[in-house]
Amino acid sequence: MTDVHEHVAVVHEDHGDHHGHEEHHGPSGLLNWLTTTDHKVIGMSYTITAVIMLVVGGAFAELIRIQLMSPNGTLVGYAQYNELFTMHGSVMIYLFAGPFAFGALANYVVPIQIGAPDMAFPRLNALSYWLYLSGSITMLLGFFTAGGAANFGWVGYAPLSNAANSPGYGADLWIGALLLTGFSAIFTGVNLVATIFYLRAPGMTLFRMPIFTWNLLVTGILILLAFPVLTAGLIMLFADRHFGTHIYEVTGGGVPVLWQNIFWFWGHPEVYILALPFFGMVTEIISVFSRKPVFGYKGMVFATLTIAALSLGVWAHHLFTTGTVLLPFFSIMSLLIAVPTGIKMFNWIGTMWRGEIWFSTAMLMAIGFVITFLIGGLTGIYLASPPLDFFAHDTYFVVAHFHSVVMALVFGGLGGLYYWGPKMTGYMLDERLGKTQFWIMFIGVNLFTFPMYVLGLEGMPRRMAVYPHDIQWKTMNDLASIGGFLIGISTLIFVVNIVYSWKRYPAGDNPWDAGTLEWFTTSPPPHHNFYRLPPIRSERPTWDYNHPDQKALAHGHASQEGSH
Amino acid sequence: MDSTPQPPKGAKVRTSSFRRVRGLIALPVAALILSGCTVPSFGAYESDTTTGRSTYHLWQGFTIAAIIVGGLTLGLILWAVFRYRRKSADAIPKQTQYHLPLEWFYTIVPILIVFGLFAATVVVENKVTAEPKADVTIDVNAVQWGWTFQYPGTHALITGQTTQAPMFEMPAGANVHFELTATDVVHGFYLRNFNFSRLAIPGITNQWTFHAINTGEYFGQCTELCGLYHSIMYFRVKVVTMAQYKAWIASFNTPEGARAAEAAALATKQQLDSIIPTHPTTNHGVN
Repeated sequence: MTDVHEHVAVVHEDHGDHHGHEEHHGPSGLLNWLTTTDHKVIGMSYTITAVIMLVVGGAFAELIRIQLMSPNGTLVGYAQYNELFTMHGSVMIYLFAGPFAFGALANYVVPIQIGAPDMAFPRLNALSYWLYLSGSITMLLGFFTAGGAANFGWVGYAPLSNAANSPGYGADLWIGALLLTGFSAIFTGVNLVATIFYLRAPGMTLFRMPIFTWNLLVTGILILLAFPVLTAGLIMLFADRHFGTHIYEVTGGGVPVLWQNIFWFWGHPEVYILALPFFGMVTEIISVFSRKPVFGYKGMVFATLTIAALSLGVWAHHLFTTGTVLLPFFSIMSLLIAVPTGIKMFNWIGTMWRGEIWFSTAMLMAIGFVITFLIGGLTGIYLASPPLDFFAHDTYFVVAHFHSVVMALVFGGLGGLYYWGPKMTGYMLDERLGKTQFWIMFIGVNLFTFPMYVLGLEGMPRRMAVYPHDIQWKTMNDLASIGGFLIGISTLIFVVNIVYSWKRYPAGDNPWDAGTLEWFTTSPPPHHNFYRLPPIRSERPTWDYNHPDQKALAHGHASQEGSH
Repeated sequence: MDSTPQPPKGAKVRTSSFRRVRGLIALPVAALILSGCTVPSFGAYESDTTTGRSTYHLWQGFTIAAIIVGGLTLGLILWAVFRYRRKSADAIPKQTQYHLPLEWFYTIVPILIVFGLFAATVVVENKVTAEPKADVTIDVNAVQWGWTFQYPGTHALITGQTTQAPMFEMPAGANVHFELTATDVVHGFYLRNFNFSRLAIPGITNQWTFHAINTGEYFGQCTELCGLYHSIMYFRVKVVTMAQYKAWIASFNTPEGARAAEAAALATKQQLDSIIPTHPTTNHGVN
């Protein structure tokens, strides 16, 4: 035991005994926030902005659910309804899920997990945040223009999104917002990849990186492959709208379906750009609260890489009903993604297996993720089969499928906040409120999605402001709405929890007895993150330091000694 | 049924787990075979076309696979969660990280399942996208926010906007070939009872064939967001016998027949208008 302790590397000798407060001498308060390049402050800003966007997007969703509680809903008109679901989807995908996935916790945690003092390009990192914030404001400003916000769906299909069909400034603001947040994402991708490749502490080899960091590395690479395509597509869309080009216009020799190809060539890797960081969070949480190493660590990395590789070849499963794509190729590619995803699922189960599971709120959220994601994953397999997609495409079955998936990601993200929140603020969140939030949300999510699957099978198309021709759909819509309201209530409980727990329960350095490097430093970490580092000999250096006699084992080692 | 041969006595330990796995697979398969055509619908509609039925059977197969795989996985999750909850705050379990045979098992088996699902997909897909010799051809044009159905070589033309829900006719028991396009934005042609949808895209003509099994009247609507009145861009199809269909087509050849068709459309419109208030519409798409 002492053996290990002697090898602790002192990073900042002068401050070896200080805890919590940083030695950084610079501006403080608002000026500090405006000028900072500290990845922790930026990560915190990302987190707060993204959670605000979650609440904004959620508010739109509640309005949609109220409208649909009656076949002839009159809360909003057709035009406003189109704006509502467009902005719900856009805010949730572009302004919440993406930035939260690769900007918020990633920004805060990844450098610390690999023992780095900051991101590789701190000023670029600050630029990413300000682009994200200005992009978010730009998009929402659409509501204050004469024609209202963008109203052509979050996918903005051409030619509906051209100047003739969507003349309002809201559409231009939407495009501008996506360009801003798109560049923000690209810069974050550059930063993540550079940081993870070049700033790892001595001893932190690639295969000693925590799964969360691994997933963010792969996410960063996917961002670099996918986002520039969307950005180029948006510039072409803008040119069509304002500069007289006809790239997506049949009349000038253009091809409308080109937009769908470009959009989904970004859009499907984007699904995994969103998902992989949350997979990483959940992996860490399950491992820590089962008190076991990640089961099948290398298989997990392999699965992440496989998902990323396959995700670049599946975009056209969104185009099955266009009649313009090679169905069997995109079908088998899409189906194959189930394999690495299944490996992850079984690795999570394997991590819990024979563990000592501590049901903290973070762990409950992670389990909520696994179950909800199982449902979302299985229903996704149907949609990879072209004939089944012909019958489910653009119905509520698809809506239900991706809401199962994204609500699973929300569970993962909340788990991440309950897990890393103490590291970021130095204080724990209230567990009783957290568990209440979990259960209301878990019931809400399932009450919300299951009726939508049924509605899809009964033939209800998505993006319907009214459904007077089939009033039997009302019952299922009512149930889904109640589920939606429960999700809203659970989100409010989360906000209440933050306010209630503010500076109430000091966390200490390592409240969960976790294993990765961020739990070796103070909560919150000092400027440049570490006073000292433990020796890094596995993906759990803090665990090795605290439990030197509890090394990870291969099954062969462990059991054969017992049975022979 | 005692078709499972008894394992030799010496091999007892090795085969027991295999037998369990085999039982796990054999049970649902046997249940499927025994129940025959009474496989539940799992919420989907059996469909009134031949291709729609194939899709429906594919849906059933996928759902059975999903229930087996999902049920097994959910069972493992719940077992792990409840069985391995911690007994004390400082107990440390065995730090097992790898079990390669197990990891290979849950890599290989999903690959096999995926190829099974893919094989079934290809079989049904080839049926759904097949282009048999057409008995009747219908050109469909989608516009904001209505439909035009034309029968090449005849005078038949059905057109209507939003809640007018234009109703076209097609014969049962015949191959009805569709050619679908759009003139303004992307629309979706969706017939829930036929388990089928296709996008209507400007500049592209999509083709497929329906072979309706029964006569009847079905409701369809636009499924791809196409602007303001997307929610109420309805149409209907009336599947009739071949004789009725021929008579209907012939009715367009006389002025009386044309007027009758017009009157029928108007009656429908009034009926639907009593459900939803109508709105001013432009007349494009009628030419």
